[in-house]
Amino acid sequence: MTLGASDIVRLDGVEKRFGAVRALDSVDLTVQRGECLSLVGHNGAGKSTLMHILAGTVAADRGRVVIGGDEQKAYSPARAKHLGIRCVFQELSLCPNLTVAENTRVFHPVLTGLNWRRKAGALITSKLDEIFPGHGVGASDLIQDLPIARRQMVEVARAFTATDEPVRLVILDEPTSSLDSHTAGQLLAFMRRAVANGISCIFISHLLGEVLQNSDRIVVMRDGRTIAADRAEAFDRNRLVTTMGGTEAPTTEANAGDRLARGKTPLHVRARPRQQGGSTDLVAHEGEIIGLAGLAGHGQTDLLLAIFAAATSPRPDVAVNATVALVAGDRQADGIFPLWSIAENIGICSLRKLRQGVLISRRREDTLANFWRDRIKIRTPDIHNNILSLSGGNQQKALFARALGSEARIVLMDDPMRGVDVGTKLEVYDLIREEARGGRTFIWYTTETDELKKCDHVYVFRNGAIVADLARGELTEEKVIQSSFIGTDPR
Amino acid sequence: MTAKSSVAARPAFMPFGKTDSPRLLRALLPALSLALVLLAIAWLNQRAISYFGFTLMLNLAIPIALATVAQMFIITGNDLDLSIGAFVGFVGCVTATWLRDTPILGILTLLGCVGVYAALGALIHWRNLPSIVVTLGMNFVWQGLAVLLLPKPGGRAPDWLLASMSVKPPLVPFPVLAALIIAAVTYFGLMRTSYGAILRGSGGNATAIGRAGWSLLKAKIVLYACAGLFGVLSGLSLIGITTSGDANIGNGYTLLSIAGVILGGGEFVGGRVSPIGAVIGALTLALAASPLLTFMHLPPDWQVAANGAILIVVLAARALISRREVEQ
Repeated sequence: MTLGASDIVRLDGVEKRFGAVRALDSVDLTVQRGECLSLVGHNGAGKSTLMHILAGTVAADRGRVVIGGDEQKAYSPARAKHLGIRCVFQELSLCPNLTVAENTRVFHPVLTGLNWRRKAGALITSKLDEIFPGHGVGASDLIQDLPIARRQMVEVARAFTATDEPVRLVILDEPTSSLDSHTAGQLLAFMRRAVANGISCIFISHLLGEVLQNSDRIVVMRDGRTIAADRAEAFDRNRLVTTMGGTEAPTTEANAGDRLARGKTPLHVRARPRQQGGSTDLVAHEGEIIGLAGLAGHGQTDLLLAIFAAATSPRPDVAVNATVALVAGDRQADGIFPLWSIAENIGICSLRKLRQGVLISRRREDTLANFWRDRIKIRTPDIHNNILSLSGGNQQKALFARALGSEARIVLMDDPMRGVDVGTKLEVYDLIREEARGGRTFIWYTTETDELKKCDHVYVFRNGAIVADLARGELTEEKVIQSSFIGTDPR
Repeated sequence: MTAKSSVAARPAFMPFGKTDSPRLLRALLPALSLALVLLAIAWLNQRAISYFGFTLMLNLAIPIALATVAQMFIITGNDLDLSIGAFVGFVGCVTATWLRDTPILGILTLLGCVGVYAALGALIHWRNLPSIVVTLGMNFVWQGLAVLLLPKPGGRAPDWLLASMSVKPPLVPFPVLAALIIAAVTYFGLMRTSYGAILRGSGGNATAIGRAGWSLLKAKIVLYACAGLFGVLSGLSLIGITTSGDANIGNGYTLLSIAGVILGGGEFVGGRVSPIGAVIGALTLALAASPLLTFMHLPPDWQVAANGAILIVVLAARALISRREVEQ
C-alpha cells in the first residue's frame, strides 16, 4: 500500500484488549482522500472497536494513530472532530429532548448569537434536503417525536454539516439498518457524491449487496484482525462470505457419537418467533443443546425471553412443558445482585428448596453454594464473600450455578460467555454437556461460532425470524454466516 | 427488530397533524389545569377574580414559583434537590437578620450561598454522587444554619425589600406581573439561548454532549448555580411578603417545587422541562393549596390531601396523553 499525502487516516499495529478479550490484534488500516472503504466482518470481529478508536472514544493499548500525516498522541473525540472526523454510531448520539436545530447546535459550537436557531435550522435542513429529498423533518421537531428512521436521517445529515471545522472522514456504522430501502438508496447515492467531492467514508454494513456496490475498497475483519483488503471489484458475495468465515474444515466435537438422536426424548419447548412467516418452529427436546445463531440483535434474545415468560403464563406461540431458568448475558445489568454474597446470589433461584418454615435456612444455602463452588470451581476462599470480589468469569460461573442449582429442567442462556476467559469457557462447556446428558435442555444464544459447534442443533436468526435450521452434522461456520448475512437480504 | 421493520413499512410522509396534537395537548395541559382551578374559584367566589383578589391569592405564589424554577434547573440535569426548602428558609433568616443589620455581610452570604450550590454541582459531577443523597445532607446543613442564625421566629425584612414586594402596578396585579417576568426570563435563558440547549442536552444525552466537546462539569455547575440564584430570590421574596423570618418557613417548598415542575410538564429524567409550565404549575399549586380549598370550606386539615389529589389527577391526565402519543 502506498503511503502519501492522500492518506487521511493510517493505523499502525493498533491493539486493544477488554479484560481477557483481545478485541483488536495489531490492526493496520489506511483510508485515502476521496475513498469509500467498507468494513465487513461477523459479530465481534472488532469493527466497532476499531471505529471507536478512530473516533477517539476508545484509546488504543498499543499502536499508532496517524491522521492527516500527524501522529496523534492525546487523541480524544474533540480532537477527532477538530481534524474533521465524524461518526454516525449505531447508538444514536442525538439528545432526544432537543429539537433538530438544537442538536445541530450541540455539534457546532460556533452557532451562537441571536439568530443561532435560524442558522442551525438552515444548516441542517439544507443538508437533509441534499441527502434525503422529501425527508419531512422540520428543524423545530423534537427528536423524541421522530420515528427511528428519521432520527437516523438527522444523525447522518448532521455528520455531513460543516461550519468552522472541515469534514474529511465520515464513519457510517450500519447507517442503513433502520432506514427503508428508498432512504437507504438516497443515503448511498449521497455517499458516492460526497466521495466524489473528496470526502472519505468508512462504511460498515451487514448487507453485502450494499457493500459491494458502493465501496471503492473492502476490508474484511475477523477475530480482531484485518484478514483481507482489496478493491471492491475483486470481491463478490461468495468471496466475502468465505473470507469472513475462514476456510478451516468444520470440526466436530469428539464426543459427537454419544449424543442423542434427535426426537427420541420428550419435547420440552416449541416456539415460533413473532416475525416468523412460514412454519419453522424452534423445537427442543429433553437433553438437547440448542444453539441460536445469527447477527446480534436479530431476535434471539426476544425469543429466549418469550420462552421464559411462557413458562409462567402460557402464550399461543410458545409451548413450554418444564421449569425454566435464565442465565443473563449482561451480568452487570441483569445478572448479579451486587450487594449480596456469592452464596445468596447462587441460592436465589432455589428458595423453595432452601426454605425452613418461612425463613431461608443458612445451612442449606451454604450447602448448595459449596456444592456448586466445588462442582464448577468458583475461585473464592469463602462463599460468604461479596459477589463483586470475584473476577468476571467467576461471577458468570456463579450465575450458571444459580441456574443449574435450581430445579429448572430448561436452561436458557443469553450469550453468557461474552468477555469470559478461555479457561472458564472450557470448564462451563464441560458442565453444560454433562448436565445435558443428565436430561437438562439448554437453549443457548451465542455470538461465537465455536460455541455453536457444541450444540446438537442450531437455528440461525435474521430480522427476528429463523432463516436456517441446521443439525449438528450440517453445521459449518460458512453456512451460519451465509444465512445470517444473506438469508433474506432485502436489497 | 420489531420497531425497525414497522418503521420501514411506514410511508415516507406522515400527516403532521397527527403527531402534533398530543404534543400541543401536552404543552397546554399545565395551562388547562390552571384555568380549571381559576374557573372553580370564580364559580365559588366571584369577588376573588379581581385586581385585589389576585394580589391576595397569588401573593405567596411568587416565592413558590421561584423555588420551582430553582428545582427545574436541577431536574434539567437529571438530578433532584431535596434541600431547596431548607435553603429558602436559611436565605430567609439571613434576609431578616444580616441583610438588614449588616448589608455587606448579608449580600456576601447570599452570594456565597450561590457559590455553595455551584460547588455542590461540581462535587456531584466530579465524584459521580447521587444528587438526592448530597442534597438530603445539605437539607440538614441549611436547616441547622438557619436555626443557629434565628433560633426563634423574628427579625425583620429590609425596608427596600418590603417596599418592592408591595408594589401596586396599574392594571396587572403584582404577583401576575412577577410570574410573567420569571417565566419570560427563564424561558429565554434555558430554552432560547444557545448555551441553554447544551444545558438541556446534558440531561437528555450526556454522552452526546460530551462527545461533541462540551464540558459536562461546567454544565452541571451552571445548572446548580442557577438553582442557587433562584433559591436566593425565592427566600428574599418570601421574607418580603411575610416581613419576618423563621427557620422553618420554607419547609414545604421542597415538595411543592418538585410537584410544580412535574405539574408544569417536566419529567424527572431526560432533560425535559418547561420553564413556563413550571411557573404555571407553581401558580396552580399555590391557588389550589389554600384559596380554592378555603372557598370550598374545606378544613385546613384536608388541604394537603386535596392538594395531592389535584396532583394525581393532572399527572394521570398527562400519562394518558403520552400513552396516546406512543401508540401513534
